Amino acid sequence: MIGSVPWGAHPSTPGALGHIRICDLSGQLAGAGATRFLAAFGAEIIRVEDPVTKGLWDIVRQMAPKFPGDNGHEGGTGFNNHNVNKLGVTLDLRTARGKELLAEIVRRSDAVTENFAAGVMDRLGFGFDQLRALKPDIVYVSNCGFGQVGPYGAFKSWGPVTQAVSGVTFQSGLADREPAGWGYSYMDHTGAYIMGIALLAALWHRQRTGQGQWIDMSCTEAGAAMNGPAMLDATVNGRPLRRAGSPSSNRSAAPAMAPHGIYPTSEPDRWVAIACRHDDDWSAIADAIGEPWATEPTLAALAGRLADQDRLDALVAAWTVRRSRRDVVAALRPAGVAVAPVATQRERIDEDPDTAGWGLWPTVRHTRHGDVRVDGVPAHLSATDWHVRRGGPLLGEDDDAVLTGLLGLDQVEVDQLRADGVI
Amino acid sequence: MGPLHGVRVVELSHELVTWAGKLLADLGADVVVVEPSGGSPMRAWGPFVDDEPHPERSLWWWHYNTSKRGVMTPLDDPALAVLIGGADVFLVAEPVAALTAAGLDWEVLSRTHPGLVMTSVRPFGRHSARDHEPCTDLTILAQGGPVWACGYDDHTLPPVRGGGNQGFHTASHFAAMTTLVALLHRDRTGQGQLIDVSAHAAANVTTEVSTYGYLATGYEIVRQTGRHAGPALSLPTQFECADGRHVNAGLVPRKGADFAAMLAWLDGLGLRDQFPLSGLLEVGTAWGIVPVSDIMNDALTQEVYAAAREAQQFVASRLGAYDYFISAQRHGLTAGIVYSPEEVFDDPHFRARGWPTAVEHPELDRTVTYPGQPYRFTETPWAISRRAPLLGEHQSLLTTGWD
Repeated sequence: MIGSVPWGAHPSTPGALGHIRICDLSGQLAGAGATRFLAAFGAEIIRVEDPVTKGLWDIVRQMAPKFPGDNGHEGGTGFNNHNVNKLGVTLDLRTARGKELLAEIVRRSDAVTENFAAGVMDRLGFGFDQLRALKPDIVYVSNCGFGQVGPYGAFKSWGPVTQAVSGVTFQSGLADREPAGWGYSYMDHTGAYIMGIALLAALWHRQRTGQGQWIDMSCTEAGAAMNGPAMLDATVNGRPLRRAGSPSSNRSAAPAMAPHGIYPTSEPDRWVAIACRHDDDWSAIADAIGEPWATEPTLAALAGRLADQDRLDALVAAWTVRRSRRDVVAALRPAGVAVAPVATQRERIDEDPDTAGWGLWPTVRHTRHGDVRVDGVPAHLSATDWHVRRGGPLLGEDDDAVLTGLLGLDQVEVDQLRADGVI
Repeated sequence: MGPLHGVRVVELSHELVTWAGKLLADLGADVVVVEPSGGSPMRAWGPFVDDEPHPERSLWWWHYNTSKRGVMTPLDDPALAVLIGGADVFLVAEPVAALTAAGLDWEVLSRTHPGLVMTSVRPFGRHSARDHEPCTDLTILAQGGPVWACGYDDHTLPPVRGGGNQGFHTASHFAAMTTLVALLHRDRTGQGQLIDVSAHAAANVTTEVSTYGYLATGYEIVRQTGRHAGPALSLPTQFECADGRHVNAGLVPRKGADFAAMLAWLDGLGLRDQFPLSGLLEVGTAWGIVPVSDIMNDALTQEVYAAAREAQQFVASRLGAYDYFISAQRHGLTAGIVYSPEEVFDDPHFRARGWPTAVEHPELDRTVTYPGQPYRFTETPWAISRRAPLLGEHQSLLTTGWD
């Protein structure tokens, strides 16, 4: 039974995607995160990088936090995390030989993925028409900040820019303050998930019909789909999210709840989240609080609490701030209220049975840096579960294996390519 | 027709899977959403058309149920079991006990329908000791890590939950991806399977460096306004513009060409002479590529870098946010306007790409503009094939079965 067996104890099963090979030119997180998911289910991902720049187009190769003592292009812990289970190949695509070898990999692949700026693949000679000429049923997924066509096609982007333009930054914040935004690249993660869905759906269609295709993905458009109800409120009711007092994202408009927020506790910079879903929840909260204001008749029904939210939040905060997170949770959770501590990194990663027990932090072996924990997959499959075993590849770590094993070159040829700087 | 044309999905309406159902339906899958008698509780979630609460006027319901058909019936209706028996995918977020009581849990279905893919999303997975705990989007994101990383430089203010119910979305993204993996496997082997998604685990692995950095090196972060959380407060990257709106000034300039572009941008705006630190930017034009993490290691480098941020703030104080965004990008500088979500409908790029999507609501005699496609397939396009189902609109599916 899933969930009752520690992760890794499952018998080794052939991966669900063991029949899929992807020529992967994508990087960072927005691209690499998509192929990472497929790799966990057994797809063979051949990550192609540039030997001349030591793969540093992908800035996470050398971005903090780094493995201790490694300031070079193998030092970035993000690169390791985002590229587990992938093969690493280098090709200098400025050279004719490098292009020929990429073409040979494409001919043997089911899909090509990349998240370069718009137009880069065309300039390299590997736009969709060329890819299709090499492999008529190829699935090609391009993912960039603004998509391949349109007035902003040439614009530069990264996660926070995508989040800004799509509305994802704006919808995160406290009332009448500047946007708080997201403290990480939420849309790199989410763009990777959307890219993964596109890739898998196109592979499904190809497996059923033999037809390949190109998917042009704009990460900004993917982000703009993340706020549907608020956007319909604007197009149907003419009510924009940009208005006085809005957004106030620790509160809940859909569904309407009050009190609903993140409240201080007696511990410095430690917070607790409380969501009062309905009047029964309020009754339980009022009982736990046990102060006269909590039994005011006007607060008994949702409409009254919504109308008086500022005062209500201040009163709830005045109650929580005299208690520890543990005490607030202990007072409300047994009464059936949705309450949760705002978890720190250590608490949710090292002290939470629901992440550890899930096997959410598998250990992989990085060739240079040894054993390191990485993100797992938040799903278990009863027949073909995921496996994450190998760390992100060193630059060109699998040159020999892929060029001889997949492309059939002999070792002398590979050595010559290395001497010539092609790999 | 979408790439998933011909895939049959039965979805038990629930906030944890409604987005997964829409993702599959807009890609062409035939998704039947099942509501309890009286309708899904989500029909009571606002906002509402003309602010009139009514089960057919919930904009939440409209958004998350496009391209689906709908039936209304209790879980123990034998006709529902027949419908599920003819489906490829059964998408649920009910507790195991509720499904078992209705004869719809995997223990039963796997025996009668071994080719079925059953995708379950629960707050902590199907077998957690905490499965009974009430959960909302807020508590998922608070316990799962996203909230700890988001907020303001001022730590007397609470950390912030990003809006839009992203905890539900993230769980649904993994539900959709794993469902497709299982379908690809089933197509080759005939073997169905049970997928157990944890919304809590999904939030945990959707926090970027605050998770992988901690796992690898014990890296700890503090939240900061409008930019990445990190070990210490960094220089601001979000600036208020002359029109009161904001821009995100993007990545730091990293190489000589970036500084040259920045000077050209100031020149183009006629602001180079007014910006007091132009000289430091000129120093930067001689740089090679500077690794992002090395920027703060040297005093002069630090000054040049800070001058670039000041230049961004200086320009912001003189331009509207849209003009900042466009003029910076035209000079090859990464930047983004901070739009409110609805403002993308009027953006020239989104319009040129045909992103705003018209959906007919004949009962109200209205055509409504919806958020559009997250991806464009050349052969099998994404599409909203119909507006969300009315209450029991496709009830005949329960008597005639799949058509």
